[in-house]
Amino acid sequence: MRELKSALLLFITFTVICGGIYPLAVTGLAALVYPGQASGSLIADRQGRVVGSRLIGQPFSESRYFWPRPSATTDFPYNPLGSGGSNLGPTNPDYLKTVAQRVADLRASGLTGTLPADLVQASASGLDPHISPQAARLQAPRVAHARGLAPAELDRLIARHTEARQLGFLGEPRVNVLVLNLALDGAR
Amino acid sequence: MNAYEWTQTLIFFLVLLALVRPLGSYLARVFAGERTLLTPLLVPCERLIYRLCGVEADREMDWPRYTFGILWFNLIGGAALLAILLLQGVLPLNPQKLPGFSWHLALNTAISFMTNTNWQAYAGESAASYFSQVVGFAVHNFLSAASGIVVAIAAIRGFVRRRSTELGNCWVDLTRSTLYLLLPLSLVFALFLVSQGVIQNFQGYRTVPLVQKTSYNKPKLDAQGNALKDAKGNPVTENAPLTEVTIPMGPVASQEAIKELGTNGGGFFNANSAHPFENPTPLSNLVEVFLILWGGAGLTYCFGEMAGNTRQGWAILTVMLALLVLAVGVNYWAESAGNPLVFHQGVTQANLEGKETRFGIAGSALFTAATTGTSCGAVNAMHDSMTPLGGMVPLSLILLSEVVVGGVGTGLYTMLAFVVIAVFVAGLMIGRTPEFLGKKIEVREMWMSIVTVLTSGVLVLIFTALALVVPSAVASMANPGAHGLSEVLYAFASMSNNNGSAFAGLNANTVFYNVCGSLAMLAGRFAPIVATLAMAGSLAGKKYVPASLGTLPTDRLPFMLWLTLVILIVGALTFFPALSLGPIVEHLVMVGR
Repeated sequence: MRELKSALLLFITFTVICGGIYPLAVTGLAALVYPGQASGSLIADRQGRVVGSRLIGQPFSESRYFWPRPSATTDFPYNPLGSGGSNLGPTNPDYLKTVAQRVADLRASGLTGTLPADLVQASASGLDPHISPQAARLQAPRVAHARGLAPAELDRLIARHTEARQLGFLGEPRVNVLVLNLALDGAR
Repeated sequence: MNAYEWTQTLIFFLVLLALVRPLGSYLARVFAGERTLLTPLLVPCERLIYRLCGVEADREMDWPRYTFGILWFNLIGGAALLAILLLQGVLPLNPQKLPGFSWHLALNTAISFMTNTNWQAYAGESAASYFSQVVGFAVHNFLSAASGIVVAIAAIRGFVRRRSTELGNCWVDLTRSTLYLLLPLSLVFALFLVSQGVIQNFQGYRTVPLVQKTSYNKPKLDAQGNALKDAKGNPVTENAPLTEVTIPMGPVASQEAIKELGTNGGGFFNANSAHPFENPTPLSNLVEVFLILWGGAGLTYCFGEMAGNTRQGWAILTVMLALLVLAVGVNYWAESAGNPLVFHQGVTQANLEGKETRFGIAGSALFTAATTGTSCGAVNAMHDSMTPLGGMVPLSLILLSEVVVGGVGTGLYTMLAFVVIAVFVAGLMIGRTPEFLGKKIEVREMWMSIVTVLTSGVLVLIFTALALVVPSAVASMANPGAHGLSEVLYAFASMSNNNGSAFAGLNANTVFYNVCGSLAMLAGRFAPIVATLAMAGSLAGKKYVPASLGTLPTDRLPFMLWLTLVILIVGALTFFPALSLGPIVEHLVMVGR
């Protein structure tokens, strides 16, 4: 009986510490030291209006924008309230049909050569803000044509927005699609 | 692997190895009540807690009392979480006005977090309020991890103590593991994660306008809010404009740190550690993998130090890491080799379905092996969409009872059960008395080790077989054919071994999976805990037999190889038939088409 009382009181004490003091301490310190990151790395457009987070991808389908990876979030692509992957298996006929359709769409938009897999396969979060530098360069002629810009200008823009491997060797080089597209609108 | 991937992987393992000893010897001092760096700061808090809770810190417990203490503590916690989830709708900190959970989902989720499983049949951002996340889930992330650690510590004391009936005081051990280990490390690493971009706030969700307005096919709902279907059963949709989206917020970083350090794995968001708000950069990715492995690895050194033979601790860690490196390698190879059904359509080779661009194949393979070799279950890539052999890696690591470093505490005590079995079988084969650390291994120890090692296997096979004959359970499969079997096998493997990751296509939020899963998680967690503590009790009472010429050395290479074989053979004998009908058949279908 005595042990039962200790168990109950310890649980309550630790609920206060781990579920109250600890998260509030982290929230307070984070707001003090890294306020931007703590509230979602939000970014604004030219007018200073918040248009999203640099960490959360957005859907783009018009020729004048760079396209992100396919997304399998619930209800609609890049729904931040429905994160997740397709969870389709590698031999699922529905999955292979979807892939074939994406390949056909990309070819129809003028992409040639071997397609980068990131433009054909959906990400794990469905909110992946990045594409590979190859995937961006491959789309440059289409975007240049739609905007009446010189392709060389776009190549420079992509190069400027390519994030290198972190610390020089971690992860993969990548291009943030939302940031790049905002830069495009700004350059217009 | 290219040069960058080699460098990244090598440096990761070197850093991990370098930090095993500092953590392990710190833990050994903490549990012996010796002075550490944090002692001046924490001893007053510790004493205050004991006074408030009526704990007599210097009174030790025998194994039944120690066990009952742990069980009561978990039962109370589970009941509290169940109540929080059912009453979520009327509790505070719920800016999105989310309703309470259904009874079976609440039961499954409460047991899941209590047992350190963190199996999630719900999507965090659309189902759980900030109160449920912070006061419900995060508290259990600490306490279920602490429960695992103290069972391991009690098991070590069983091997170390001589002619003793006592294993320590479970309240003191629980308090110390939370106060000295989990809280300070979580605080530091939570802040580090925020620096990388993990969010930490209590604001309402943020609605933003889209840069490019678009439209989507919105499912039509009837008056009751159910999706309308046409005569063929397809959902009826209408074209709706899409001009803004809502970005979820929340206290994510504080949860993320303990989720990895405590090998819990329950994501704040549905996409778990693949979500850019949970794991925004390649560096945050490696730090999360590090946290998943560090506690379990440190405990092996702690074991060696407490047992007075650090070589023994390193020997166990060597076996764990060898299997881990093998698993990372196979997953990396399978995912780089890709899916011929996709790359034959004129696409680059590596399989990126269900993977994030920033992590690439190497960062995903490392995370996948670490999270399933331990009892973590966080994911940064979708295991369901991996190639058949790539997906068999996490499944196999779970089925090997998660001893590849293993969960904090659970990994060590499960590995010690394998060591006991290995010593016993080797003793029979070479005609020596089975002894480990100077303790004779007898029938009782063998029984308890067998319970620890085989409980999850029995549960996996029985529940998977049951699911295959229940039509509603079969209907939950998202993929046809062999892959559907893999999804069900993975689900029960994950729940029985308290992992929590999933082949997530499976619709697990049904009465069948919620209830059967609850049973699997409970038995898979507490049968080994009771067996381990019972074994510790019996070992502690034995006298010490000094090593002689007839003693099998257990800290040398031949024993490490033998232990590895025992683990692989037990796993293969139990699961090879099931694996060959799932991933192996699917692989043959994929390459043969």
